[in-house]
Amino acid sequence: MRAAFERRRHLLDFAVASLLRRPAKNVGLIVVYALVVFLLASVMLFGTAVRREASAVLDAAPEIAAQAMKMGRHDMSTADDVAALKGLRGVRRVEPRLWGYLWDSAGAANYTLKVPTANETGLTVAKGESIIGEGVARARKVSPGKMLFLVSPAGKFLKTKVKAVLPSTTALVSTDLVLVEEGDFRAFFELPPAVWTDVALTVTNPREVTTIAEKASVKLPGHRFVTRADMIRTTEALFSWREGLALALLGGALVAFAILAFDKASGLSAEERREIGILKAIGWETSDVILMKLWEGLLISLAAFLLGFAAAYAHVFLWSASLFEPVLKGWSTLYPRFPLTPEIDALELATLAVLTVVPYVAAIQVPIWRTATADPDVVMR
Amino acid sequence: MTAISPNARREPMRGSTRAAALFTVLAGAFLAALAHAGLSGGTAAVRQAETRALVAELGLTDLALFTEARYTRNPSLADLHSAFQDGPLTFEHFPSGSLVAPPHDLGRGRIETPAE
Repeated sequence: MRAAFERRRHLLDFAVASLLRRPAKNVGLIVVYALVVFLLASVMLFGTAVRREASAVLDAAPEIAAQAMKMGRHDMSTADDVAALKGLRGVRRVEPRLWGYLWDSAGAANYTLKVPTANETGLTVAKGESIIGEGVARARKVSPGKMLFLVSPAGKFLKTKVKAVLPSTTALVSTDLVLVEEGDFRAFFELPPAVWTDVALTVTNPREVTTIAEKASVKLPGHRFVTRADMIRTTEALFSWREGLALALLGGALVAFAILAFDKASGLSAEERREIGILKAIGWETSDVILMKLWEGLLISLAAFLLGFAAAYAHVFLWSASLFEPVLKGWSTLYPRFPLTPEIDALELATLAVLTVVPYVAAIQVPIWRTATADPDVVMR
Repeated sequence: MTAISPNARREPMRGSTRAAALFTVLAGAFLAALAHAGLSGGTAAVRQAETRALVAELGLTDLALFTEARYTRNPSLADLHSAFQDGPLTFEHFPSGSLVAPPHDLGRGRIETPAE
């Protein structure tokens, strides 16, 4: 047992010595390899974290949101629509909602203006007051007690006193919100009394959401009904790392890595072949040569994987995925500052390890086996 | 006991020892990441509970990640005629469109007639 262990340890010693004979090449290889792992792991960790965050917080979203549609565009819901929805069996609460978008030229950003509905915990605003998201506070440089001035596209002016700023811990969902009183909202957007942006439904039995949505669509065929599951699925589709821009990034990194592995698989350098020939000539077994080269491959690939993954974790969870921010921000001028919940999916980690370590190690075994089984005299020449 | 001459050369560190040292450091960083992920649950749970309460109170439906246009701000409630409503292959104005995948049920609509 000890002899076998020592034998393998000596092979490992030789593998490390062989790597150290070409330090620049091997360090460069580890760096490039780690960079590929870093990119893949960063996208994977970020996508998983955002999807899980969305599922966790949007689990409290309205069960059904009913929107009126006219000529394929969004329309306002009326009192008759609200009454029709109230008459549906299985619906526990019908909540007409007022919210809309505003382009603010002063802050060069889009805000979401909303009227908070009467709830038990009570985020309430009186006439002339507003509660704003942390992004709005940053963009307009206002704080509680200061005045916030908004101008509508029709030229209507809204002056409110900032009552509070929503907690920065909720920035992921609230960064662009401006909560105002209903009278202020209707006057600002010139809305008549009995119309609402959409209607939120709460159902008695959550398992009947789809059935109630179908019944509601029969009662109000001019409306469309978006369920909570649809809302969560939308965010999941946005950040599924196999799709969209993430795939373009991964595709480039994977192609670069495939070229690297192919280069290794297509043959060894003359120096490497001569080295193997000398080892065979002095009595090394073919299995020992292959095992020694396997150690070399494992050392490089495992070092690169661990380094790349640790760097990706730090990038996503300690530095808030700052490398992705320009891509995610796009044309947005108002971007939330949000921490993500550190989370590692075991299956995705294992998949990443298999996809990055195994192909490289397998690719280098082919030329080594070919050289190790050839005549040493031929190989050395 | 044999005295060691001060002039005696030190044995260079074995390659396997160096490799073990390197992998101890790297594995330590990897395990530290796993431990950090495991221990961060408490703080995250408090933050998520606060956010969930706000979502429930205000009836919010989407994350506020893409505030550049109305149809990117609330993708789940966007108008039917808005850019890239049906997927990233439709005309898009902003980089956000390249992150949006086609809806899973696109093209699978069917007309159902009520049973007579």
